[in-house]
Amino acid sequence: MSSDVIVTSLFIFALAGFLGLEVIRRVPKLLHTPLMALTNALSAISLVGSIVILGQAQTMYSEIMGFIAVVASTINAVGGFLLTDKMLKMFNQRRPVKPSADAEPGAN
Amino acid sequence: MDKHTIVQLTYLVAAIGFALSLKWMSSAPTARRGIFAGEIGFVLAIAATLATDSITNKGYALVAIALIIGTLIGIPLGLKVPMTAMPQRIALSHAFGALAAGLVGTAHYYLERSHLGKFEMAVLGFEIILGCLVFTGSLMAAGKLQEVLPQRPIVFTGQNLVNFAVLGAAVVMVVILLFDTSRTWLIPPIILLSLLFGVLLIIPIGGADMPTVIALLNSYAGLSASALGIVLENKLLIVAGALDGMSGLILSIIMCRAMNRSFRNVLFGAFGQVQEASGDAGEVGSVRPASFDECAELLKMSRNVVIVPGYGMAVAQAQHKVAELTDALEKEGVEVRFAIHPVAGRMPGHMNVLLAEANIPYEKLLDMDEINSEFPQVDAVLVLGANDVVNPAARHNKSSPIYGMPILNVDQAAAIFVIKRSMNPGFAGIENELFYNPKTLMVFGDAKHVVNELTTEVSGQRDAISI
Repeated sequence: MSSDVIVTSLFIFALAGFLGLEVIRRVPKLLHTPLMALTNALSAISLVGSIVILGQAQTMYSEIMGFIAVVASTINAVGGFLLTDKMLKMFNQRRPVKPSADAEPGAN
Repeated sequence: MDKHTIVQLTYLVAAIGFALSLKWMSSAPTARRGIFAGEIGFVLAIAATLATDSITNKGYALVAIALIIGTLIGIPLGLKVPMTAMPQRIALSHAFGALAAGLVGTAHYYLERSHLGKFEMAVLGFEIILGCLVFTGSLMAAGKLQEVLPQRPIVFTGQNLVNFAVLGAAVVMVVILLFDTSRTWLIPPIILLSLLFGVLLIIPIGGADMPTVIALLNSYAGLSASALGIVLENKLLIVAGALDGMSGLILSIIMCRAMNRSFRNVLFGAFGQVQEASGDAGEVGSVRPASFDECAELLKMSRNVVIVPGYGMAVAQAQHKVAELTDALEKEGVEVRFAIHPVAGRMPGHMNVLLAEANIPYEKLLDMDEINSEFPQVDAVLVLGANDVVNPAARHNKSSPIYGMPILNVDQAAAIFVIKRSMNPGFAGIENELFYNPKTLMVFGDAKHVVNELTTEVSGQRDAISI
């Protein structure tokens, strides 16, 4: 790894960190749980790294590790996006102007 | 343009999508658009990665199988998990993310060890340690939250010493690897020590500290993803990891402030030590119990009511009943709002998602900062499963373990109702002065049952009058 690459990487890390700080500070407390679910889904982009390791299929060990990594990241990506969407849908639904009888507790 | 450039440009588009996605999270109406931006970026990045030349045919087959398995497990984890189980669900996803980062880092070491520079090896070592400790730490947190592991904090003498020795040993081994990256045998002990450290980090943590811990693990998971990005020279992963890490960091800072803990205290993981409950519980008077109909009658006569939900509401799964009570009171012309303390529940924003699930409009959910100045004008407060966050001792009793913690000033309201199972002190074992306040009436019983009874009383009485 040349020192140019290292410096570029650190640059990106520092600036992305600042960007995150500024953007996420503006997220209201109301949405902190969906925020966590969303950032989780986004950081599951480590899937790209997992795919490269598994896809090269170089040794048995790298295949096993890559395979588990792809499965775990995919779970986070798919599950994370679906979960965030489900939560935000709850925040945005308009309440039916009906008696409360239909607000039966869910099966959970 | 060669293929490599196209892939890199696609990553750039994806990174912009991720940034927009977080930007749009700044308000509830635009937030769903944000998910869409994130998803597009994600799919583009994956498609570009799959198009790279380094993937073999066998590799494609394995990737396809792994993607399908991951999707099949991910769908129920996204759609079926109830909101009450959200803290453990999120902890579990930190564990998966860290597992993936740790494994990819380890595999990268084995494949590339002959040409790793010092800087790369250092970042890689950091990444493997962080990935492994977040993996076991998050599993422990999820286990405690799901109550498959004992929730009681486990402390022993010299705990911090043992923890730092374990972590220190792993760090020393990474340092040795810096000077000779061919010492492959050092990797398994590094991994084992880091996994052990993750367990040790969480065993002294009690339920009330979970919001901070989950936020912190989130931050660590993000940092390890970013470190992996640096090692793999993958700029998109650096960006996504940094965003995730900062998000976790900000949430941990907010949680710390809300519990009056120092940030340094949290960064080094020395949180959650159970304080010896102070013997001086303040003057203990007598409490005044109230019946359901007394409480319902007073609530109905109020102009405005503030409900303070806490973890007890989540445990009793009372959020839907609370929504019914809100409806019944609003039909009587009572204004109902909710006061939410930042650390109410077991993770940041936990109460908000529970109440949103029960169809309560988010305009009614107010932060501590928004509502605190208004309590003197509030006719009645209903404390539902919250305890420490409404304890006035935090304001003036210097010997109290929660002294200095910002609280909801519910004692300034005209009347206070506390729904509680019994007079047993809360988790932290701290006596709550609020219960002995002359304005406070205690309504004893299971939260769900009590709220249900109150709803019946409030709406039933109305029917009797109107008939």
